[in-house]
Amino acid sequence: MKVSRLTQILSIRGLSVEYLTPRGNLKAVRNVNLDVEKGETLFLVGESGAGKSTLGLTILKLLPERAARIISGKVLFLEGERNLDVTELKGEGLRRFRWKNISMVFQGAMNSLNPIMRIRDQLYDVIQAHGMKISKKEAYERMKSLLDMVKLESDRILGSYPHQLSGGMRQRVMIAMSLLLDPKIIILDEPTTALDVLTQKNIMNVLKEIKSRLNLTMIFITHDLSLAAEMADRIAIMYAGTIVEIGEVNQIFYHPRHPYTAALLKSVPRLSSEIESIESIPGSPPDMINPPKGCKFHPRCPYKHEICMLEEPLLKEVEKNHYTACWMDNDGKSP
Amino acid sequence: MSRTTFKSQLSKTIDLFKLIFSSKSGTVGLMILLVYILMAAFGSIIRPLDTMPRPYQMYLPPSLEHPLGTDDQGRDTLSYIVNGAFSVLYISFVASLLSVGIAALIGCVSGFKGGKIDSTLMYLADVMLNIPQFPLMAVLSGIMRLTDLFLAMLMGVLSWPSLAKAIRSQVLSLKERDFIEAARMLDLGTRHIIFSEFMPNLMPYIAVSFALAMTYSIYNYVGLVFLGLVPFTAQNWGVMINHAWVLGGIYNRDSLLWIISPIAAIIGLEIGIIMFSRGLEAVFNPRLRT
Amino acid sequence: MENLLELRDVSKAYRVGGLLSRIFVNAIEDIQLELKAGEILSLVGESGCGKTTTGKVAVGLIKPTRGKVLYKGKDIWSMKKHEFKDYRKDVQMIHQDPYSSLNPVLTVYQILSSPLFRHSIVQNKEQAISKIEELLELVDLTPPEQYISKYPHQLSGGERQRVVIARTLTLNPKLIVADEPVSMIDVSLRASILNILLDLKEKFGVSYIYITHDLLTAKYFSKDYRLAIMYLGGIVEMGRTDKTIMDPIHPYTKALLSALPEPDPKVTRSKKTMQLRSLDVPSLLRVPEGCRFHPRCPFFKEGVCDKERPRLVEVEKDRFVACFLYES
Repeated sequence: MKVSRLTQILSIRGLSVEYLTPRGNLKAVRNVNLDVEKGETLFLVGESGAGKSTLGLTILKLLPERAARIISGKVLFLEGERNLDVTELKGEGLRRFRWKNISMVFQGAMNSLNPIMRIRDQLYDVIQAHGMKISKKEAYERMKSLLDMVKLESDRILGSYPHQLSGGMRQRVMIAMSLLLDPKIIILDEPTTALDVLTQKNIMNVLKEIKSRLNLTMIFITHDLSLAAEMADRIAIMYAGTIVEIGEVNQIFYHPRHPYTAALLKSVPRLSSEIESIESIPGSPPDMINPPKGCKFHPRCPYKHEICMLEEPLLKEVEKNHYTACWMDNDGKSP
Repeated sequence: MSRTTFKSQLSKTIDLFKLIFSSKSGTVGLMILLVYILMAAFGSIIRPLDTMPRPYQMYLPPSLEHPLGTDDQGRDTLSYIVNGAFSVLYISFVASLLSVGIAALIGCVSGFKGGKIDSTLMYLADVMLNIPQFPLMAVLSGIMRLTDLFLAMLMGVLSWPSLAKAIRSQVLSLKERDFIEAARMLDLGTRHIIFSEFMPNLMPYIAVSFALAMTYSIYNYVGLVFLGLVPFTAQNWGVMINHAWVLGGIYNRDSLLWIISPIAAIIGLEIGIIMFSRGLEAVFNPRLRT
Repeated sequence: MENLLELRDVSKAYRVGGLLSRIFVNAIEDIQLELKAGEILSLVGESGCGKTTTGKVAVGLIKPTRGKVLYKGKDIWSMKKHEFKDYRKDVQMIHQDPYSSLNPVLTVYQILSSPLFRHSIVQNKEQAISKIEELLELVDLTPPEQYISKYPHQLSGGERQRVVIARTLTLNPKLIVADEPVSMIDVSLRASILNILLDLKEKFGVSYIYITHDLLTAKYFSKDYRLAIMYLGGIVEMGRTDKTIMDPIHPYTKALLSALPEPDPKVTRSKKTMQLRSLDVPSLLRVPEGCRFHPRCPFFKEGVCDKERPRLVEVEKDRFVACFLYES
């Protein structure tokens, strides 16, 4: 993956994660290789079961230990000269690492605020819990400035309880909370589901602004391609636990190379153009406890060949910065 | 025509047993219950009640001839256990059936109809919850002659309120589910909705409640007999415990088996009931089957 | 041609705050809707706008506090028993959540055969099985034998939703109210469900009221038919789908369209955002005075928009809007 070493901030190598279930091991993330560049907005797009949330949680080693296992791989956080492998961190070291270097806004985060604590106490808790050595006054200054950045009236919000705020406001509080310790990367997992369209647009604008002001690196996890169209620099399409295509936003939308990506784009209705019909992808996502051999998409792929059923293709470059995991692209033709 | 239905009934029953055997709890529970049921059914024939007093055999330790030893009169303890099984099972079964039956009916009607009917029924339940069962039965036993059956029915009639409330809240929550709304849209009729849509969802709850009701009524019955509040109408475990207690069975090391046997029998039965009801869960809830 | 279904001045109020409270909240107010046979109407709005309540009023699950629900010209709440029974068979509903719309302890056979037996559509088990297989094929659950003895938890979300559709078809409905039928289904599988519904319209002439918060699927589903936009309990704009989307009139519709992201970077990134006056989302408990949208509306006119509620008026042929900007 040719992202410049000087500007890389996160490098995931060969990551595989499994969930332990009574029926067997569910291979949620399989052999993911991903490099994230400083300051970019990377979208992980996929449908339910693709493994994107698991990947996000693994980056912060947030998976429940008894239910999930990191089978192999590294998550390298690159800062100047040092490389930190998140998968090796434990206990206190892990806690210190999280939130200060990488933080996360979870799915349904707006419902994870403590209902009996005021916002300012919850925010202050976060600062204290991570051992940030600043005075109370400085802490409040920081909280105020972050709330301003997400377009909330700090005076009003700080003294409020969560139930006094709307869903959109709570979500913005969560975003501010994730920025308290000045992380370099923030991961957002479906931050706008359950919010109405106008509020969603609002949140997206807020995110765009904080990204440019703080030069943040953002990893966005979503199933909504339209959000990716709005904000992504690069998009990684995930299917059956692995990245099947990754590239710049225009590459993915205007010349997708993987049959899954192309089919996904054909299944989404559009407002402006005169698309006559939308089509579903036939079949359904594979059982990741006993996945099929070869390419995991082959049972549903209109272009499948012999080799697709036997060996799984790896990501290879099809144009600058654009990679796809498909045997078909040997001829350089788009599916 | 009847042949095919017999066959399908048979295969359904076989499936039922397969499901119960699929859970360890269920299997063990069923085994234990079978022992007790066989005891109740055939015990008196295989090992008839030993009523002959033989004081020279008092408090014998366990042996091949007397696996549970003998009591204060030299009579075989095991025969008493075996013969006492029937009345305990019979009474608790009747009481639970009545109790769960009434509770299910009232809980469903209350939950379904709502409004005034609901308020009235629940008020009635609250009133009854305030009646102390034990003392009431003790008092009644002083006034009239309580047969076993009457006692069982009395217990059943007195203990439906808390279960009815629980079933009602289950009904209330199920009522709002989309599939019930869909059943109404398809005009399937109230009878169908109650019996074919609601009841199967309530069955796991009712089955477990039945099991618990049985354990509860066993305690009640045995307790009443033990305390002497109900006249002895049959030789049963409660009578055994009463005798053993009153005659100082706990003070003598040799007589311990006499007093522990009925207690162990009761505990064993209850364990069997509870384990079996866990096995029943898979029968009633398809999601628990693999 | 007469209307198949009509909602006239329909309002539904709920009491809030316990049995003795005097506070009422209007979930929907002054709804005017009509649908002819063979037509599709999309009802679009965000959560809390009253679209689901409207749908339930249309299928007779909720009785309106005011107004009439007319099926083939007759008020359903004054119908005689047998007339209502016919209405009941003709008008069905599909719910949003495929996981709670099917009874978890019944098999597909039991779920689909109940209405068939109840309404004497079949007489015995063989007939039931063959009819059920027919229905399962109509919703693309093939081979049907594979599905007939399954329990809901053994099916995927998309498969369950198809069983739900098959179930509504057992009574040969004339109108189906579909409440967010695909919101809980994976993006790449939504099209097949929507296409099945559209096919049924072609085959059997079923009419639809399609309720959703997603303008994009509404545009696809009610293409060539009509669309109504709801906001906080009222309809703010209604008209032909293509016209409403291409050339929205009501400020809320305009705001919605400009805020909607699309799966096309060039289009989305060049969209001009409409600035709203306030970022607060009002709730049904505190509906603004006058026009419901006025606190956020960039075209707000003091003294006009905050005093009276604008009524839905026809500004062009078949185009309705509730906004003082257009009341002449």
